[in-house]
Amino acid sequence: MSEPVSRPSPPENALSAPYWEGLYRGELRYQVCMQCGTARHYPRLLCSACYDNRARWQVASGRGSVHSWTVAHYAYHPGFANELPYTLVTVDLEEGLRALGRWYGDGLAIGMPVVARIEQRDGSPELGFEPR
Amino acid sequence: MSLADRACVTGVGETAYVRGATRSAYELQFEAALAAVADAGLSPRDIDGVIPIGIVSAIAEDFIDNFGIPDLHFSAVIPHGGASPVMALQAAASMVASGICRHVLIAFGRNVSAASNKAGARIHAMPQFHYVTEFEHPLGNSAPAQIYAPMARRHMELYGTTVEHFGAVAVACREHAILNERAIMKKPMTLDDHRNSRMIADPFRLFDCSLESDGGAAVVVSAAEAGVDAPRPRVLIAGVATGHPDSPASITQRPDMTSLGLAKAAPRAFAMADVTPADIQVAEIYDCFTYAVIRQLEDMGFCNKGEGGPFVADGRLRLGGALPTNTHGGLLSQAHVWGVNHIVELVRQLRGEAGPAQVADAVLGLVTGYGDLGDGAIAIMRRG
Repeated sequence: MSEPVSRPSPPENALSAPYWEGLYRGELRYQVCMQCGTARHYPRLLCSACYDNRARWQVASGRGSVHSWTVAHYAYHPGFANELPYTLVTVDLEEGLRALGRWYGDGLAIGMPVVARIEQRDGSPELGFEPR
Repeated sequence: MSLADRACVTGVGETAYVRGATRSAYELQFEAALAAVADAGLSPRDIDGVIPIGIVSAIAEDFIDNFGIPDLHFSAVIPHGGASPVMALQAAASMVASGICRHVLIAFGRNVSAASNKAGARIHAMPQFHYVTEFEHPLGNSAPAQIYAPMARRHMELYGTTVEHFGAVAVACREHAILNERAIMKKPMTLDDHRNSRMIADPFRLFDCSLESDGGAAVVVSAAEAGVDAPRPRVLIAGVATGHPDSPASITQRPDMTSLGLAKAAPRAFAMADVTPADIQVAEIYDCFTYAVIRQLEDMGFCNKGEGGPFVADGRLRLGGALPTNTHGGLLSQAHVWGVNHIVELVRQLRGEAGPAQVADAVLGLVTGYGDLGDGAIAIMRRG
């Protein structure tokens, strides 16, 4: 028997540390430009509307609707081999942003209403969604 | 100043394509490069510009050293995955049209057989994938098949694209590979074989996915006037363009997940060449996945958005069909060398050197590149 392999971890990134800190606390956070108020995700340096680099972090409602999905039947990283098959869902958040998460539910359809469900796995937070 | 017809391809070269090469990417890249230079009727030291393609293989300095190049005028690295080779045609054409270079070498080599080199592992060392690596890989969205699958799923849900449409692309490529002595995949494939292949990342089955293979391929781009005296028939670059999708580093965040960078590039290339999709006689379309061919046909205007599935059905892409596509077998069935093989094949078609897969009287064709998370490139070429 070989040792079970851990899942990959996100690399250290000062820019997005507040996102991960939020997820650890059960919050889905995103950036809002302090100059013009434009929301952005995934975390990045500049607001593409006004080029300001200052952002505050806001907590998303977690509510959204299904944009697309895939079901993984092959593990490209050995850390996921014992989870197959698993479903990844892309969600249009109410805030006008997108998020990718694990899917907790049955059939999927574009536009289906969903809500975030954040699980802690081995001390690491994992974003997911379920029907609402 | 337009780049139209200012540059030509004078030389193409390939190694054998295999799975499990014993030689390094570096060696394969040089073998292909020497073959392309010889095909152009040149000496290696005539090369005055070089665009190395690939992740771990020879760099410009290695070409200067190994070729004894006395005065290299230009080098560049284009970091857009499978779009890079066709993007390199644009860069090379610009260099020879401006007089900075006379002969630019584009050379690729890869050996990905080691497990540590496979796509699901190697992309996470690439900066273009930093969002995927940080926000998606930890969830199990690790490799291109998984990352691209939601684009295909959304296309299926919105437009009714089917498994059979994907299968039509795979079957056409396999039929062409069977005619090609340089292709890896030789076993005949039916639509049922495609449908019955195992699911990898729904909706992508095994036969929707391109090969992991090893080899080298290279192209020499020369000034148009230098091609007149070249040993092979001249193939001019009539139109060439590159484009990036919105949110180029994250498909998840892309406003329209079903549109690629090629949608921005293609109108510019067709305008430069002063032709329309209806004029194209042969197409070599980057086929990392079957769906990518359907999507690119829409993005180039061969059909309307959402109609790519029915467009590829009924044998349109096969030899003898209305738009023979991937006449060498493509990445799906010849070999995956980032589509440099697509450029090589288009040049052979337009020279009339494509053997059993020759499209009769082909004088105008196109090649596309698709890289990373949807970067695109297109070159329209003509014999002349």
